[in-house]
Amino acid sequence: MADLTTNFLGISSPNPYWLASAPPTDKEYNVRRAFEAGWGGVVWKTLGAEGPPVVNVNGPRYGAIYGADRRLLGLNNIELITDRPLEINLEEMARVKADYPDRALIASLMVPCEEDAWKAILPRVAETGADGIELNFGCPHGMSERGMGSAVGQVPEYIEMVTRWCKQYYDRPVIVKLTPNITDIRKPAAAARNGGADAVSLINTINSITSVNLDTFSPEPSIDGKGSHGGYCGPAVKPIALSMVSEIARAEATHGLPISGIGGVTTWRDAAEFISLGCGTVQVCTAAMTYGFKIIDELTAGLSEWMDEKGYSSVDEVVGRAVPNVTDWQYLNLNYVAKAKIDQDQCIKCGRCYAACEDTSHQAISMSAERVFEVIDEECVACNLCVDVCPVEGCISMIPLTAGEVDPRTGKNVEPDYANWITHPNNPMAKAAE
Amino acid sequence: MAQGQMAPGIVSGRLSSDELTSNFTDLHPPLAPHEAAVAADRCYFCYDAPCVTACPTDIDIPLFMRQIQAGQPKAAGQTILEQNILGGMCARVCPTETLCEEACVRETAEGKPVEIGRLQRFATDDVMASGEHPFERASSTGKTVAVVGAGPAGLACAHRLAMLGHDVVIHESRPKPGGLNEYGIAAYKSTNDFAQAEVDWLLKIGGIAIETGSVLGETIALDGLRDNYDAIFLSIGLAGVNALRAPGADKGGVHNAVEFISDVRQASDLAQLPVGRNVVVIGGGMTAVDAAVKSRLLGAEHVTIAYRRGRDAMGASRYEQDLAASHGVRILCNVQPVAVHGNGAAAEIELEYTASHNGQLTGTGDTIRVPADQVLKAIGQTLEGAPEGLTLDGNKIAVNDQGRTSMSGVWAGGDCATGGDDLTVTAVAEGRDAAMDIHSALSA
Repeated sequence: MADLTTNFLGISSPNPYWLASAPPTDKEYNVRRAFEAGWGGVVWKTLGAEGPPVVNVNGPRYGAIYGADRRLLGLNNIELITDRPLEINLEEMARVKADYPDRALIASLMVPCEEDAWKAILPRVAETGADGIELNFGCPHGMSERGMGSAVGQVPEYIEMVTRWCKQYYDRPVIVKLTPNITDIRKPAAAARNGGADAVSLINTINSITSVNLDTFSPEPSIDGKGSHGGYCGPAVKPIALSMVSEIARAEATHGLPISGIGGVTTWRDAAEFISLGCGTVQVCTAAMTYGFKIIDELTAGLSEWMDEKGYSSVDEVVGRAVPNVTDWQYLNLNYVAKAKIDQDQCIKCGRCYAACEDTSHQAISMSAERVFEVIDEECVACNLCVDVCPVEGCISMIPLTAGEVDPRTGKNVEPDYANWITHPNNPMAKAAE
Repeated sequence: MAQGQMAPGIVSGRLSSDELTSNFTDLHPPLAPHEAAVAADRCYFCYDAPCVTACPTDIDIPLFMRQIQAGQPKAAGQTILEQNILGGMCARVCPTETLCEEACVRETAEGKPVEIGRLQRFATDDVMASGEHPFERASSTGKTVAVVGAGPAGLACAHRLAMLGHDVVIHESRPKPGGLNEYGIAAYKSTNDFAQAEVDWLLKIGGIAIETGSVLGETIALDGLRDNYDAIFLSIGLAGVNALRAPGADKGGVHNAVEFISDVRQASDLAQLPVGRNVVVIGGGMTAVDAAVKSRLLGAEHVTIAYRRGRDAMGASRYEQDLAASHGVRILCNVQPVAVHGNGAAAEIELEYTASHNGQLTGTGDTIRVPADQVLKAIGQTLEGAPEGLTLDGNKIAVNDQGRTSMSGVWAGGDCATGGDDLTVTAVAEGRDAAMDIHSALSA
């Protein structure tokens, strides 16, 4: 079995799976259960400044989006940072870290954007023996109204400033957790790096209203007939997270900055994808909140199994492997020509490919009276929609034409060489390859 | 104290009341809302869906599946009932395994079709439970139509005509409306007096009167009806039963399966209903399966279905055959009855093995004897009492695609008429389509 031991910023953990700063990591009791179950690390539920703790609503904090059979696909929350006294959290963290020295324990922090506030809390955290801190610049609900959380994460200058304070008053790794509620994720990531951050973690949750109650017209989750946007997470947000992670991994200003990937990690495969896009660890929350801590067994065994199959002996070997393949649209090879091909033996004749293509795409699938569906190569642009809507995995495939073949749609030979939009004759800005 | 399975002869009370109650509950219990959501979610919303093509009433199945998924079972029910006003009964009795569910692409894909029948029941039950009738009558046309026979075809025809604004009188020979829904369908498929509840619900459209005890050729005549109504729809079913031509067929204990089934349906106390210890059912259709299964459920010790051809030729679907087998019914194929033996009452049936040569069935001369204190004949029903002057085709009233008979102003549908299989759902389609044609004729 491949060894999953991870070294991230010098912080060692037996596997790359950390529990994200969230309800599952709010108390010693939960964290001990997580470590007993086998989790590699935890980012403790976000601590606030000394003094009376924040309060939470006393009604529903979560709303959900379901797929078939009530499978939870997306979760939204309006819970704030920890509502337990700072002192108790710090004591518990110290005890847990002492008892589980091999696990990663990170303190998540959110205090006002004032140097004194950070200067005050950082030594307290250091005393617990925590392996590092994560700056919560991400939560989009509640705390952002008080100038914290995503309100900081949306202003790169604040990120850089606070990060710099933390590096000044704390001597262990500083991870900056980023909000996705922003236009260009590269800007806050670069600001974090400029401020001296050791790593970024992303994504935090996305502004969301999960649904509207059509009897009361209140957004859900509803508190006494009113609702507020919450933070969206779970499997539904994974594609957004992967994209943002990849942008940071490949941008010049942030390339090489360690990343802890967050956003809908549900199975080992999700984790492997995040890791391949440059993440040194992944953080999990919704999957644990849905199924409990025991999923760690599948997460670790699955990743090990896949690494064995592929011949990777350490997580580090996988980190960033997919990054060179993430590019801009303009660099995609326009001489690559594929055609959809329907395997008649696997086809169950539902006609979804036909409806999708005929109604919404290129009229490139024919339907006979006997319900035989065939691709019309003269019309097929290889858009992949038929593959995406086909209920039978592997029934429709995209077959690339080989160089020299005639593309029946254009009547032209498939060129053997790579050519992109930059040099395309239709591009008014094309640099003529004369 | 129950008599037990081994009591000789045809006796009642073989099983305790509790056992009987348990035996005659729903074959397929209704789906709970979450089960229905999960089951409906399996529908792929096929283009030009094969299940719709396979449904004699052309119910828009993908649409009603999507309506269940979207949390509106009542809307789903209305989608069904617009095409098939007896969609509730059809959900229970349709041989879906040879119709919509056989055509379902998930049957092709994984041998597990979307449970269309059970989901149709879920949706139509929701409409029925609301107590509302979702259709309204058009303003009155002043035209009157006589429907003869209150079975599925007659009820569907009457409902559609009433909805279109015509006044309908249904003449029914039996004490209760419903036809085979009431007297013929297996009891474990239609529980809690569903057939009558459905008729009551259907009649809420208004404009339909039912006259029971009204027998064509006895209390009423076609000529008289033609004088008094603007159009006639005949849905008189197949009242005759084919005879068993074998020595001893007149012995005690030899009964018609349809009457046995009807007795079970009408019994107020199943413990009072007699059944043999050794029952042999002659035939290979759904009636044979129903009669055989019911005999077992009533407590018969040994029940055999004896069918003259091979298993593949049986009218009962493979699903029905398996249903019989799962109830401990033995299916004996390629045998034909040659004699019923017994001293006054049947004690044994003698069966001769058969062979098929170019489709011609002949006895091989080899025989076996099977103990039989009760013999149930399920060898087909025939048209009986068809009015004079109508052209017949084979042994059915000849009709065109719109249900028109050879006689002007007279339409026919259901089992008594040509076209389609003898199924509830087919009868509903024929009644509905004839109503549309009657409507165009009366509106011309």
